Amino acid sequence: MHPPGIPLSSLRRSNTLTIVTDPTPSAAPAPTVSPEAPAVPGPPAPPLVRRHHWIVRLTHWATVVVLAGMITSGLQIYEAYSRFGNRGAPSFPNAFEGAHFPSTVRLGHWLAGALNWHFALMWPLITFGLLYATYLVASGEWRSLLFRPSDVPGAIDMTKYYLRLRKEHPVQGKHNPLQKLAYTTVVVLGGLAVLTGLAIYKPLQFSWLTAAFGGFQAARYWHFWIVWIFVGFSIVHVLLVFVVDPASLRAMITGWYRGRFPSHG
Amino acid sequence: MARSDQTPSRGAAEVDRRGFLKLAAGAGTASLVAACGWDGGDLVRPRLLSISRLNDWVGEKVLYSPTRLARTYDPSERSRSLPSYFISRDMPTLRDPSAWRLSVDGLVERPLSLSLDDLRRLPSTSYTVKHHCVEGWSAIASWAGVPVSAIVERCHPKSTARYIMFRSFDSDYSNGWDMASAMHPQSILAHSMNDQPLGPDHGAPLRLYSPTKLGYKLTKYLVSMTFTDTRPGGYWEDQGYPWFGGI
Repeated sequence: MHPPGIPLSSLRRSNTLTIVTDPTPSAAPAPTVSPEAPAVPGPPAPPLVRRHHWIVRLTHWATVVVLAGMITSGLQIYEAYSRFGNRGAPSFPNAFEGAHFPSTVRLGHWLAGALNWHFALMWPLITFGLLYATYLVASGEWRSLLFRPSDVPGAIDMTKYYLRLRKEHPVQGKHNPLQKLAYTTVVVLGGLAVLTGLAIYKPLQFSWLTAAFGGFQAARYWHFWIVWIFVGFSIVHVLLVFVVDPASLRAMITGWYRGRFPSHG
Repeated sequence: MARSDQTPSRGAAEVDRRGFLKLAAGAGTASLVAACGWDGGDLVRPRLLSISRLNDWVGEKVLYSPTRLARTYDPSERSRSLPSYFISRDMPTLRDPSAWRLSVDGLVERPLSLSLDDLRRLPSTSYTVKHHCVEGWSAIASWAGVPVSAIVERCHPKSTARYIMFRSFDSDYSNGWDMASAMHPQSILAHSMNDQPLGPDHGAPLRLYSPTKLGYKLTKYLVSMTFTDTRPGGYWEDQGYPWFGGI
């Protein structure tokens, strides 16, 4: 019963709200609203809303798989020399210095195998990253994702709301300012992960890049810490999906959303 | 939390469950892949090696610059130590150092046999550079020796020569190099390290050195350099490490 996807030619309009009235309205009773939940005005059965373009869904799930391989092979690579700083120089502050990660989170069996995984997966990672970035620009959807200085007051309101210092859910577009901050950060982090990776991969050919990150060992250091920010983001991201809006998981798979926040389409 | 809050219709609830199962299946696959340090098995490993060859090509033909020089440091910035290793059971040493010769052979017009004194009479290059190990460590040291290009000028490689195989007397340790990397002005046959004659732990009497390559490409305990038209393997390269090893 899913309506066909929006063709590429209409990319520019895809961030406009598309509400499709359900031809077979559900006989389910009106959703009960718990006292602390925001009041959701609207029909008993929330409308089916077009939420995510196929490029967004494809690049999202492909990145999940590729990033899992990147992180696990990266942990195997890290085992070969689990500290940062030149030989004979003091180590950079690092809670994971000398750490041995369990084999279940390491990919590649040994250094060479892990390097081959890591340097094979860098191609799909960069490809999907560029595809997603191109889509954001071509569709204009970057406007609803980019955190700007003007989002700061909204971010404060949203934080107050989450901290129960404010009763009303602030008015928002597709994403609230805190989501914008999170998604902007994670896209920037993705770019930094690739750039710090290049700085370690070819520190002579990209010596300017390596120098920009503070040298070879510093670039290794940032490359490593970006992983933990990604891991932290992923945990919070998945938690919020299941706790706040499980219907958004379906939207990231099928592209169509029917849940408590239809107006955020 | 009341389920009806989130999923107002039964149909949507079922899709959510299906979606969740899909996600779980994906996560399960990912953790299976990661389990037990899987190297890819016989199905994936050859493909990973093919991609590694593609990356070698990109490294050699696209990213490598024959003229870009590695940053040099002041000798006062040298690291206190530079780790070394050999693959033989005991440290490889020469029984009769005066009998040692570097053989330059293969696809050359003029094969050479050079003693250490012969090499010391050839043009010399010295620098203090950062050493990059594939494991992730780095250290700064000074090196002095004969540019590989000076040997190439004297042995006259045939037009078919495209690679050089560097062999050692450390068991079967060797490395294959592309000609462009060998001809880099900072690629040298080093006989000196940190102002001292090269020690037995770092490949005495002669080792290949270049700040354009990872440490495992820098053959220690040299005995020969052979010009070839087919791509020579190498000790670590044959076990799966990237062949180009350029940085």
